[in-house]
Amino acid sequence: MTREEIIKPENLVYKKPTLMNDNPMHYCPGCSHGVVHKLIAEVIEEMGLENKAVGVSPVGCAVFAYNYLDIDWEEAAHGRAPALATAIKRLWPSRLVFTYQGDGDLACIGTAETIHALNRGENITIIFINNAIYGMTGGQMAPTTLLGMKTATCPYGRDAAIHGYPLKMTEIAATLEGTAYVTRQSVHSVPAIRKAKKAIRKAFENSMNGKGSNLVEIVSTCNSGWKMSPAAANKWMEENMFPFYQLGDLKDKE
Amino acid sequence: MAKIKGAVVVDSERCKGCNLCVVACPLDVLALTTKEVNKRGYTFAQTVLEDTCIGCASCATVCPDGCISVYKVKQQ
Ligand SMILES: Cc1ncc(C[n+]2csc(CCOP(=O)(O)OP(=O)(O)O)c2C)c(N)n1
Ligand code: SF4
Ligand code: SF4
Ligand code: SF4
Repeated sequence: MTREEIIKPENLVYKKPTLMNDNPMHYCPGCSHGVVHKLIAEVIEEMGLENKAVGVSPVGCAVFAYNYLDIDWEEAAHGRAPALATAIKRLWPSRLVFTYQGDGDLACIGTAETIHALNRGENITIIFINNAIYGMTGGQMAPTTLLGMKTATCPYGRDAAIHGYPLKMTEIAATLEGTAYVTRQSVHSVPAIRKAKKAIRKAFENSMNGKGSNLVEIVSTCNSGWKMSPAAANKWMEENMFPFYQLGDLKDKE
Repeated sequence: MAKIKGAVVVDSERCKGCNLCVVACPLDVLALTTKEVNKRGYTFAQTVLEDTCIGCASCATVCPDGCISVYKVKQQ
């Protein structure tokens, strides 16, 4: 069988999701952000919510997320995405409202907005990209940076005595009455990507069914900030991030 | 016995040469160019072992930029 005989529309089994447009994404080669964008697009398409989804993009590398997925978007001030999402969802309850935030945005400047939106049980989903660093601004220490991990602002490694301990926002979220589904996933391998997609689907369904607030953390790589190749960054993440940020569901209020 | 045959098409202008698809392919079907770059200056993934592909879509699933389309047929 020749290549031409195989490459026919009826044999297509995978393509870029339709909601992801052809604008080239500005992310560094191999950045986890792109994989998560694809999953969000696929889930929205599978749920038939193309005309009902409203994303809230953050300040951070994902600031231009609205350029890549053809749904409605709002751009929030740094850390304020959950507050903006609260307003959108309350004014327009029939919409699927989600935020997309990095760890600097969500776990530092936006800690209060995040915790209070989750605690109020707003019917939104927060997608939390935890790459343990401030990617956009050049790889500074984040609240989520691991102990011993080197960044531009802790060149000798994060030291608890000076910098405090890495913050587990997802564990905190699981203790809040308002949260329906709290999970930690990753996108470093095909099985992990499949699981992360299921988690996003469940969170979006909960948001639409008024079950409360949902947090999907994606333990991610920032290969540029970590100064590694994309494949090495995935390996580093498996070896160093997963023991501390353990994958799996933390709370699932059925 | 039914045999599965696959083929992938890489959008080489969209590709950023991150190499994640190359690492993800269980059958070494893909490799990055070594002497050629696209319009944006990136090396890009291309098929180097055409007949081997089984259309498993691992490469396309891990591609952050959605550059890969996968086709699959069952040969009787
Ligand atoms: C009010 C305000 N303070 C600080 C900044 C600078 N700033 C831009 S992005 C960012 C953090 C980005 O890190 P993260 O949220 O982890 O996202 P990533 O870039 O890693 O995806 C900071 C501090 C800003 N733009 N606005
Ligand atoms: S700086 Fe890091 S998080 Fe930002 S696009 Fe590059 S790899 Fe991704
Ligand atoms: S579809 Fe599977 S076998 Fe074919 S190139 Fe992609 S990863 Fe390799
Ligand atoms: S994973 Fe995508 S962007 Fe990276 S080299 Fe392969 S085709 Fe190119």
